[in-house]
Amino acid sequence: MEKIVPAIEELIQQISDGSTLVVGGFGLCGIPEKLIRGLRESGVKDLTVVSNNCGVDDWGLGLLLENRQIKKMISSYVGENKLFEQQFLSGELEVELVPQGTLAERLRAGGAGIPAFFTATGVGTDIAKGKEEKVFDGRTYILEKGIIGDFALVKAWKADLGGNLVYRKTARNFNPLAAKAGKVTFAEVEELVGQGELDPDYIHTPGIYVQKVFLGENYEKRIERLTVAKV
Amino acid sequence: MGNRQLILDRALKEISEGMYVNLGIGMPTLIADRIPQDSHVMLQSENGLLGIGAYPHEKEVDPDLINAGKETVTTVPGASYFDSAESFAMIRGGHIDLAVLGGMEVSEEGDLANWMIPGKMIKGMGGAMDLVQGAKRTVVIMDHVNKHGESKVRRRCSLPLTGKGVVDCLITDLAVFHLDHGQLKLTELQPGSTLDEVLSKTEADIRIDERLLSNQ
Repeated sequence: MEKIVPAIEELIQQISDGSTLVVGGFGLCGIPEKLIRGLRESGVKDLTVVSNNCGVDDWGLGLLLENRQIKKMISSYVGENKLFEQQFLSGELEVELVPQGTLAERLRAGGAGIPAFFTATGVGTDIAKGKEEKVFDGRTYILEKGIIGDFALVKAWKADLGGNLVYRKTARNFNPLAAKAGKVTFAEVEELVGQGELDPDYIHTPGIYVQKVFLGENYEKRIERLTVAKV
Repeated sequence: MGNRQLILDRALKEISEGMYVNLGIGMPTLIADRIPQDSHVMLQSENGLLGIGAYPHEKEVDPDLINAGKETVTTVPGASYFDSAESFAMIRGGHIDLAVLGGMEVSEEGDLANWMIPGKMIKGMGGAMDLVQGAKRTVVIMDHVNKHGESKVRRRCSLPLTGKGVVDCLITDLAVFHLDHGQLKLTELQPGSTLDEVLSKTEADIRIDERLLSNQ
């Protein structure tokens, strides 16, 4: 199967209203910026988006909020986004806040065929309300469910023609987990190489998880908080 | 605002050679600069980095390299990158020696509230709930009283909890407490503070280390 697509629209048009999307990235680092812009242009709506954060007001997933395309967000931290607050308070936007480690593990589990798992994170807090509790070796844990998305949207540094992916530095973050958790996974990358050109020892996401790859150009890679050494 | 320097100086003493440490966003991040470079301490960042270095010079800035506060950083020699599940396996699996977090309220039973004020902007807990449950030791640093002069060391937390009974050590600008048999115990006074002052500014029902009483 040919995995490389020349036009991003070919991927976007497969995503219909009401879909659940798992989106990689942490803050604005390692977000699939081309796919997000494609979604914005397509106008597809009523989306449930699973992503650690929700971008900022004018970039990343904030672009979809601005256009009122998101119905529900499942995230661990959304403090960087004013639109988010407005839409949440007005009842337009549903929100499920999930501890970051639980979110990562829910995606990993979903992608690995594990429907649920027990964790100590959130025990004794509002997060535990309505969840099954169980004691193992004297410690209390709560049951958390795996997450599977209709589509996963990920950003990698390099791909080969088979969809093997390599990420760069901390832009890896949630991307490998998202890639596993999508029924269909689209990857956008900065570089595309031939089969056999990536060292098999250094592949982060094996191509089995990736259905389509798009080679993007001129990545903006916006920086959320530029901090430099004092000279 | 209380005396930050006293808090940071005391918090530094919790970090020893060779530790793997997670410093929370905000005041805890300021401890990083104080850690001696030859101490082989590795700082973990939840977004997927073990071995956080200094802030970059302008030419070194890399949008693909940030910390959990979304600030641009560098790495130290021997650093590693990994995905978020791996990052939280380190945290939840008890491999992080020490987490230092900020606090809004700490209760006498070691409960911590530090992620949400009802009615104010919702932000989310990020990795805080994972850290307090998973790190081998959790140290909370915060001012002893809020800007209205009310005690942040309380009988019960009034804000939504991050974790129950998770604070091993609390360092404020006035004092240091340790969780002892499920109850906060005052163990040290910060330079310049007195037992009377600490007690008058502490709502929690605390125990007091005998050494502090015998010095009266």
